[in-house]
Amino acid sequence: MFPELNNLLNTTPDRAEQGKLTLLCDANTDGSFLVHHFLSFYLKANCKVCFVALIQSFSHYNIVGQKLGVSLTVARECGQLVFLEGLKSSVDVFFRAQAEPHPLQFLREANAENLQPLYEFVREALKPVDDGEAAWRCPVLLVDDLSVLLSLGMGAVAVLDFIHYCRATVCWERKGNIVALVHDSGDTEDEENNILLNGLSHQSHLILRAEGLATGFCRDVHGQLRILWRTPSQPTTQRDWSLTYQYKIQDKSVSFFAKGMSPAVL
Amino acid sequence: MESVLALRGLVLLRDSVEWEGRSLLKALIKKAALGGEQVHILGCEVSEEEFRAGFDSSINSRLVYYDLFRDPLNWAQTGEALPGGPLGALQAMCERTDPGPVTVALDSLSWLLLRLPCAALCQALCAMSRQHACRGGGPAAEQLCVLGLLHRELHGPGPMGALSSLAQAEVTLSGTAGQASAHMLRRRPRQRPTLETLWFSVLPDLSLDLQGGPPLESQPHPDPHTPQVDPASHLTFNLHLSKREREAKDSLTLPFQFSSEKQQALLRPGPSPATSRIFYEPDAFDDLDPEDPDGDLDV
Repeated sequence: MFPELNNLLNTTPDRAEQGKLTLLCDANTDGSFLVHHFLSFYLKANCKVCFVALIQSFSHYNIVGQKLGVSLTVARECGQLVFLEGLKSSVDVFFRAQAEPHPLQFLREANAENLQPLYEFVREALKPVDDGEAAWRCPVLLVDDLSVLLSLGMGAVAVLDFIHYCRATVCWERKGNIVALVHDSGDTEDEENNILLNGLSHQSHLILRAEGLATGFCRDVHGQLRILWRTPSQPTTQRDWSLTYQYKIQDKSVSFFAKGMSPAVL
Repeated sequence: MESVLALRGLVLLRDSVEWEGRSLLKALIKKAALGGEQVHILGCEVSEEEFRAGFDSSINSRLVYYDLFRDPLNWAQTGEALPGGPLGALQAMCERTDPGPVTVALDSLSWLLLRLPCAALCQALCAMSRQHACRGGGPAAEQLCVLGLLHRELHGPGPMGALSSLAQAEVTLSGTAGQASAHMLRRRPRQRPTLETLWFSVLPDLSLDLQGGPPLESQPHPDPHTPQVDPASHLTFNLHLSKREREAKDSLTLPFQFSSEKQQALLRPGPSPATSRIFYEPDAFDDLDPEDPDGDLDV
């Protein structure tokens, strides 16, 4: 996890909030550093994590995780991490008997209407352990990423339904958290992606939006991060709080600074 | 806002990601409940617990809540889901309202619109007011108020236009400088639509606080998170002048500035022109003509 990002979000692994949906979004840049941050953050916070990883392989996340101080291999072995490796298990779908349910079953069906098998997988993975003693702090679902489900043929409403059921189970029933990444292509013609992005935005408590700089590529400033805190149901005396920072990604950390204050230009 | 509640029929609360509308919806529900009306709520987007938070117990006991959040599509197959799916739940709500003033809150209409065909949803909304009128107690126009929360960014102009045409009032939420505003478009039969803007805030106890006008302060307050960094500190070059340098700079006359000293210097006769001479060695290609080139001018 990146300590500077924790400072901006005013949180630490010990004081992680529960029952929240965090939406990660990237536009014109790669926002996957945020996924790595939250993965290591929740593992360090002693939470049980179910990671639906559809984009990269396990070893990729493991290598980055090691730079951030967590070992995914150890976490998986001791049961803290349930890892669905989309790239590998998508091939398994075609070599299993059709009757056996598989979380990525929709790949095999011509007219898959919903993501219920994937939801059942998440529900099972984050089931509370019945040995009377809570081994882990709270369940966390991490998805990287949801836009790829649209590319694989699911509709935006099907993905929204999947997240709806995950929210009902993980956030409300089990007081856990959900973190999901959605890409913003910036294409107003991509209606499905816009419905997904806006629909999730309305349900989120925290939105982190990584954007490329409007002026183009820069060696010292990799992008801009907009943070929006929301309270979807409760009135607050001040309106939803929003901050913008620029950032530079380094080998093992990300440094954040106010706009125009990069050390390289001062 | 009193003017909104005085209206009946379908009221659309159009919110956005930056300016959420659920707290306003809850504030209007509280006002309706305090006014003695029946209040029925179809909750799709948040849990019943979360929706009821903020209402005190006397109001909570008066709210009739239909929970479509836990298992809207009957995936759990426990038999606890509302029968008929979202449309069935909406129709069941219509049937269960008693005669008399009723407020029905749909949280949210966007959730329903994404999962039901627009035409079916519009028909269900029309049927709601018709059935309520049939049940007696006067024309539905005065008895029934349907508050529908609608997320602006989610729908295209077609469905939004269809719902607008059914609505008696549309409240569009936005704001500036931390202050929320509501632009209300009201349509009354046989009258011109009226548009008014109200600035408001919803207090933690879900009561509405109306402000007179837009906030006077237009400067953004200093951001407490950004440390006040002086960009002129820790530089590798010198931005400041010493006293001597400053004096030298101030006493310098600029070349194109016409001061009195310069004027005197120009008027004073300079050294005689004979002291300045030009020496020129012509080379082989020069063609020197000793005649005066202006000789043929008749001056």
